[in-house]
Amino acid sequence: MTDASMQSPETGRHAASLTATDARTIKRAKAEKRFRTYGIVAIATGLFFLVVLFASILSQGIPAFQRTVVSVDFTLTEQQREEAESTLFKTKAYSDLFIAALNKELTERGVEVDFDDAAIERLLGKVGGTIRTFYAENPDQLGQPIEFDLAASSRVDGYFKGRVSRDTLQDSRFLQLSDLDLVDALKEAGIIKQGFNWPFITGADSGVDNPGGAGIGASVVGSFFMMMVVLVLSLPIGVAASIYLEEFAPQNKFTDLIEVNISNLAAVPSIVFGILGLAVFIQFMHLPQSAPLVGGLVLTLMTLPTIIISTRASLKAVPPSIRDAALGVGASKMQAVFHHVLPLAAPGILTGTIIGLAQALGETAPLLLIGMVGFVARGYPDGFLAGFTEPNSAMPAQIYTWAARADVGFYEKAWGGIIILLMFLLTMNIIAIILRRRFERRW
Amino acid sequence: MSFVKLSASALAIAAVSATAAAARDNVQVAGSSTVLPYASIVAELFGENTDFPTPVVESGGSSAGLKRFCEGVGENTIDVANASRAIREKEIKACAENGVTDIMEVRIGYDGIVFASQQTGPAFNAFEPSDIFNALGAKVLKDGEVVDNPYNTWAEFNPDLPDVEIAGFIPGTKHGTREVFEEKVLLIGCEATGAMQAMIDGGMSEDDAEDACLAVRTDGKSVDIDGDYTETLARIDTNPNGIGVFGLAFYENNTDKLKVGTMSGVAPSTETISTGEYPVSRPLFFYVKKAHIGVIPGLKEYAQFFTADEIAGPSGPLANYGLVADPELAKTQEAINNEVTMGSGS
Repeated sequence: MTDASMQSPETGRHAASLTATDARTIKRAKAEKRFRTYGIVAIATGLFFLVVLFASILSQGIPAFQRTVVSVDFTLTEQQREEAESTLFKTKAYSDLFIAALNKELTERGVEVDFDDAAIERLLGKVGGTIRTFYAENPDQLGQPIEFDLAASSRVDGYFKGRVSRDTLQDSRFLQLSDLDLVDALKEAGIIKQGFNWPFITGADSGVDNPGGAGIGASVVGSFFMMMVVLVLSLPIGVAASIYLEEFAPQNKFTDLIEVNISNLAAVPSIVFGILGLAVFIQFMHLPQSAPLVGGLVLTLMTLPTIIISTRASLKAVPPSIRDAALGVGASKMQAVFHHVLPLAAPGILTGTIIGLAQALGETAPLLLIGMVGFVARGYPDGFLAGFTEPNSAMPAQIYTWAARADVGFYEKAWGGIIILLMFLLTMNIIAIILRRRFERRW
Repeated sequence: MSFVKLSASALAIAAVSATAAAARDNVQVAGSSTVLPYASIVAELFGENTDFPTPVVESGGSSAGLKRFCEGVGENTIDVANASRAIREKEIKACAENGVTDIMEVRIGYDGIVFASQQTGPAFNAFEPSDIFNALGAKVLKDGEVVDNPYNTWAEFNPDLPDVEIAGFIPGTKHGTREVFEEKVLLIGCEATGAMQAMIDGGMSEDDAEDACLAVRTDGKSVDIDGDYTETLARIDTNPNGIGVFGLAFYENNTDKLKVGTMSGVAPSTETISTGEYPVSRPLFFYVKKAHIGVIPGLKEYAQFFTADEIAGPSGPLANYGLVADPELAKTQEAINNEVTMGSGS
């Protein structure tokens, strides 16, 4: 034993001098260096993918915020309007009137390219609805020239954005090569131009033949109402449950079981909540289909465990001395919790809630089964309460629907929708960070 | 305690909304993803051109849609099921068990099914049903014997086709398109190659042989796509040798990415499909719950609007998108006006 500890300096592990590092230390230093390199590589890989993701989202999504419009003065007479209103397919009648007017205008201006009504129709998107809505809202404008900015067709839009080129275009009933000469001439004349795509921000979904009219606004409102339901239900229920479990509940097998199941619930795939929502809320409780109310209820179930877990964590983080002090001066247990512990835990609770909401905002799977994914183009709700019950979509559901459509114009819109969804998520997460930074206390 | 107030108001809101929800004022549609584009066009126009709210159209496949359609009568069930195939006896029975007895069948037109490959890929220009069957069938006839599909490349059974790996992307079983693919391509191909006769000679009953003909190979060369055509397109995009099954309208919207193959020498187009020259086409339907007419506002008007000459006719927006107009549209319109149900002798 003593032999081992008293090895001679020349042969033992303590042989190193203070100035020269021995092999073992070098090895350890190298191991540390390697580990740091691994870390940096891991972070760099993560960053690389983040950059690729953002670059592809931005490069594919930015064009959605631009649109190509046909901008022209148009006059509709009272009589023309009555005639159009008397047909079954009213919007088509309006669109025909507009095409005739445009044709006349182009002839007067002396555009040097051959064109006919059919060619103009191929250049235009579905414009009848826009015109009809305008005159329904402003009947006093009849008989006066109004400057309309109407969406060009998807392929003309693609021509401006570089999606469609003369080399790859094949003549079809959607667009012909000769039409592009007309487009160029109209661009020269300032009739066809590009502008910011406000309808994309404010509009509702549109039919598959009308990518120019599609907007994400209505589904943003749908998401908003869902989040209202989630917030109003899951925050009080979640906080009450965690206060009871953390502060009042006895420690026994039963509460252990509840705790385990809350953790389990947090890991349940979201589609399961969708099935539950269909069975309970729609088929049993007879709540309306496709309604943000039901979507919100389903997402509440999904968000509750997140909120309970984060609330309990932040309640635990409040030092016992606070409780002891409150109880010591004669406060009841409930007073101690609500006057002292809860306010101190509030920043953590709010952070957890916002992160839970952000997670719910991006969820599509549970909405599939309750009718919020599909063609839901009802537009804005008629009032605040109607917002909960009228059919509406949600942002991620809308993006999913667009991505599945045949026209490339919708694919671009899907990427644009992702940008808007990400902006909402980022805003929510930044609010969570600010709240934490501003109100969190450290002991 | 603000959270008590909050939860109280939440319950109040929920209660108010639930009562307000008692009357649904929009038509609710679900079903085939092939009919979805047409239904969404009509739904948008219906909302724009009438005073009724825009109907909600969900996707999910013909079978899933009909299943939901047959769940019962009432506002929490759908009013219209879209289908890319006719309703089956079994489904009518399931409907009847749940009280859905009066069903109106509406045929809206025809859709072609095309085989397309990557624009820049090898030349897949001409198919016969037998080629598709030899490529994708589970059991094929080789040298006079029925064997598990041994082919790896197209050229092995048809020298006119490119010598590249077989990769077929076909619609999954929940799609109505699958049924048409089976009946009009696989079965015909099975008969044409003589595999069916060989199976029957080998001691199989005719029904069993038919089922065996419809089976597709499971060694990964035939891939079921359960999603939409966009998913098929994405698979074709990454696989230059891939052959995908698409609807005609979808192909026409993506001619810059896809090139189409002829079937039995005929190129698919609305003209060749309406004359019946192009063999692989099928009718598209929607089914209306008669019990909901008069309860759900706008339901009958929706069916009438959908089938109006201006909409579903040869120069309407549906035909412009790729639907092959039904020459017997007038009959359909009359049936809707008289609310003729299935089985009541129309």
